[in-house]
Amino acid sequence: MNGRTAAVRRTLGSTTATVYAIFVVVAIAGAILAATAGSAFFTEGNLESLLTATTVLGLVAIGQTLVVLLGSLDLSVPFVVSLSSVLAAGVMLGSADNLVAGILTAVVASTLIGLVNGLLVGLVKINGFIATLGIGLIVSGYLFTNYQGSTGQASPQLVAFGGLTLGFVPVTTILMFACLAIVMVLLTRTRTGMHVFAVGGDPEVARMSGVRNAVPVIVAHALSGLFAGLAGLVVVARLGVGSPQVGSQGGYDLLSIAAVVLGGAVLAGGRGSLWGSLGGILIFATIDSILGILQVNPYLKDVVRGVIIIVAVAVYARRSVPRRPARFGGGAR
Amino acid sequence: MTTTTRFTTERRPLLARVGRGLRTPGGAIFVLLAILLVGLFLYNPSLGDPGQFMRFLGRTAPILIVALGQYFVIVSGEIDLSMAAIIAAQVVLAGNLIGQDASRILPVVLLMALLALVVGLLNGVLTTLFRVPSFIATLGTALVVSGITFYATGGAPSGNPVDSFREIGRGGIDKVPVFGFVPYSTIVLAVLVVLALVLMRRPFGRMLLAVGDNARMTALAGASVWWLRTRAFILSAFASTIAAIVLVGYAGVSPVVGQGYQFIAITAVILGGVVLGGGRGWVLSAIAAAFALEVLFSLLDFIGVQSTWRPAVQGVIILVALGVPLLRFTRRRSQTLRSNRPNK
Amino acid sequence: MKGKFVQKPRTKTMLFGVLGSLVLVLTACAPGSNTGTTPNTGTGSTASANPSFDQKTFDTENAQRTATFTGDPATPWLQYLPGAMVDASKTKLDHPGKVCFSNAALSNTWRQTGWITMQQQLKVLQSQGVISKLEARNAQDSDDTQVADIDYFINENNCDAYIIAPNSPKATAGAVERACATGKPVIIFDRGAGTDCETSFVHSVGGYAWGIDSASFIAANVKKGGHVVALRTAPGVDVFEQRWAAAQHIFEKAGLKVTDYLTGADPAKIKSTLSDEIAKGTVDAVWVDLGDQAVPAVEAFEDAGKPIPVVTGEDVLSYLRAWKAKGFKGFAPVYSAYQWRTALIAVGDLFQGKEIPKDWVLPQVPVPADKLDAAINANKGMPDGHYASFGGEDLPGYPTAWQKP
Repeated sequence: MNGRTAAVRRTLGSTTATVYAIFVVVAIAGAILAATAGSAFFTEGNLESLLTATTVLGLVAIGQTLVVLLGSLDLSVPFVVSLSSVLAAGVMLGSADNLVAGILTAVVASTLIGLVNGLLVGLVKINGFIATLGIGLIVSGYLFTNYQGSTGQASPQLVAFGGLTLGFVPVTTILMFACLAIVMVLLTRTRTGMHVFAVGGDPEVARMSGVRNAVPVIVAHALSGLFAGLAGLVVVARLGVGSPQVGSQGGYDLLSIAAVVLGGAVLAGGRGSLWGSLGGILIFATIDSILGILQVNPYLKDVVRGVIIIVAVAVYARRSVPRRPARFGGGAR
Repeated sequence: MTTTTRFTTERRPLLARVGRGLRTPGGAIFVLLAILLVGLFLYNPSLGDPGQFMRFLGRTAPILIVALGQYFVIVSGEIDLSMAAIIAAQVVLAGNLIGQDASRILPVVLLMALLALVVGLLNGVLTTLFRVPSFIATLGTALVVSGITFYATGGAPSGNPVDSFREIGRGGIDKVPVFGFVPYSTIVLAVLVVLALVLMRRPFGRMLLAVGDNARMTALAGASVWWLRTRAFILSAFASTIAAIVLVGYAGVSPVVGQGYQFIAITAVILGGVVLGGGRGWVLSAIAAAFALEVLFSLLDFIGVQSTWRPAVQGVIILVALGVPLLRFTRRRSQTLRSNRPNK
Repeated sequence: MKGKFVQKPRTKTMLFGVLGSLVLVLTACAPGSNTGTTPNTGTGSTASANPSFDQKTFDTENAQRTATFTGDPATPWLQYLPGAMVDASKTKLDHPGKVCFSNAALSNTWRQTGWITMQQQLKVLQSQGVISKLEARNAQDSDDTQVADIDYFINENNCDAYIIAPNSPKATAGAVERACATGKPVIIFDRGAGTDCETSFVHSVGGYAWGIDSASFIAANVKKGGHVVALRTAPGVDVFEQRWAAAQHIFEKAGLKVTDYLTGADPAKIKSTLSDEIAKGTVDAVWVDLGDQAVPAVEAFEDAGKPIPVVTGEDVLSYLRAWKAKGFKGFAPVYSAYQWRTALIAVGDLFQGKEIPKDWVLPQVPVPADKLDAAINANKGMPDGHYASFGGEDLPGYPTAWQKP
């Protein structure tokens, strides 16, 4: 068991360090560029905005990382975020008494949708891209038929919670980090967590080693739904209302996948890390922030994002050792 | 109805293949298409008029052409998410550079072809030589291409190209025997379909299927895997460009033109029995599936289903098209396997 | 690889059961669902069932359409309806002020036209030493981004005034209130803010007036029982919902049959939708809630070889030019694009200590057939996406600044 943990740690370590190195370089470049534009990057106000921007995407990316580790994808996240927001706001209707009911409804519905994704991918064996695209489309049809524009009203406690900060750090960001830490522990300390790496690395070998391949797939997809639901709750806390479009407006599907991949995860599965994904998000958020300060046309953001993910993945692919370690190399697989 | 039989009678050598294939997912789509067409004619008898029907076929041409391009990529084992971005870029190029000057049509079309070549080549090289998964590579190029397009136009492109250029999407040949009216877009579509059929029967097509089925083996057999796949991406980019030319003719310049086309194309290709991951699937089935989807959407409009349910219908189709064959497949396998292998 | 994992078939049958029941449960209950029971296509929805319709606002805007505005009609962007004024003595600055502008989007040509006008107006106010800098952030149609943008401005704490063009009123209300709490002037324009803490709300008469203008023209030119196809851009956007609610009300009173479609302003979808309608039966008029939609609608009739019926649009030049060239019965309601410069002028006035209206209602004068030639001639050389009500003829950079692609 110890050997396996060490091996997992090893795989997590290498690229993650690079990701944060890139992040530091980008942040320093940002500070210099902001200074030349007569503005500052490291102000409390800007850092608070930056952290806020990472929170929703960060929650989504936790689930996305788990799913990508298994060689699957979750394209339904933006619609789950929206669904969670309209359900929560729709149940709360601005009343303090409905807070718990609203949160529960949103979380249960989101997790259920994740579970359905997981069953389709894990048991029916539909390709993850297609299964989650299909479920996402179904949810979006439901959303756009039943809701038009902003709807409902968040409970006052939730809105207050959304506005809380410790210094310049929003409490929702701390919550996101807590989720990240918990999932980190689940991933490295529990059997299902180990199985995530095993099944993602090589499903055949995992199966022959006695792993029930469907279990980690179902759990990961359900968690992805859950975290998208939590992201939806954070959105409700920020906006005060639910919105059927907020998820697709945020582009959380492609952005979270891009962040996860930028963080060093391999789309084919088996490799990747939560901290790496977080680093990916921080890089994107920093670039957004710099371009915002410089008042660069926001469409150029997309150009920069596109170039970065292509270059990063090409570099990772070049450096990567053969995906299957030699049979007698490490004890892990 | 007329089209399905037309395919079988006009191209005799295909008759045997269609007959045999009707029992596979790729063949069943033709039966589904026939049923949907009957439904469409029942709800809207005016479409029974050949001229009206050809107009209907003509306006679905762009999405069918996009599906055709996506077919090449998917069958080679990859996926292309950059199609909508290429369509948007090409539509804007046509609108802004041709403008009201008909003499610029040729140079601008050449420029558009060059852009298609560059983006297709880039997608292919990134995916094969640089080993970036096609999902990421084409997502990246899509972001870059659409970012530049919207940056250059400030976010809301406008301004249609000259009418003579738009004829290809709007006009057609009148008073054709039997059909009555034949839109140019259907001719473009027919030519492309024939070309694709020919291409898939030539060594290139055979090798493309082989690459999708087993890239390693194909490489060991001496084929150039990267160049085969890269050509598939180039074909896809060209398909997007032709679809864009037809679309800018049909509908004009708009920021949303072509949006979401790649996902409809992917849906169609899979519905047509093409296996995601490559190696299996017939090009005509993919086209028929794209057409079936368009017929279904129109039918839903005629029946009075709210248009907001459209994505949900698309989602259900994807899941059923992929889920049901898999269920049947695994069930059959599990019966044969259970005898000699312990459960799990 | 596929299928090698052996599974009992029963599990999968159950799975589809679970899936099916989930779909049923979801469809059955939609907490906070706000669509009412109006079906969108074909079934002749009625105005009384439209949850967006508000008789009081309808009557107010109906009266304001033809009201007399204070100020010189030659400079309509400075005109307003008499009403409560904002005391500007506290907002007067002794130095040029920095303005922070949170913009919902630049994703349609109306917004692009207005944005150019605003930037040219900025040059004037900068040269007068009233405004030092305009820091703008574009939320790209995202509520969440806009809230983040507004919060960024508040956190940075170096704005002398805020201009906010909300993406959706309710979702940005909280952020707008936080901006108000800074004590600096807050100007809202275009769509409302879902709160009334703002210093001034700049807008032209409104969506109801727009809908009344265009729908009344159709009602006057189509005989009772005629068939109108209404093309709607998107549900849930208050400006569009108001235009539609008012038009629906007028159509119902006039006894017209209406079929409405949501098009997402996608010209391909508009054209195929109309082609189907033309194939099914007669179309006596087409009403649109956004000018961009009118041109593809007109083309659908041309392509089908049918005469073009009444087609309303907006003062966007692509529509005006098509109307002129093709000679159909047209009408262009206006949602004045010059409100973009008025928003900046309002801030400038506050910085100079000049009082401004609390609810700054700008005129909204439609373009009927007899003013068509004048509108086209006044905008020669402008791109197709340009709006005739851009209101920048007297600004520096006219006309080249508006002619950039």
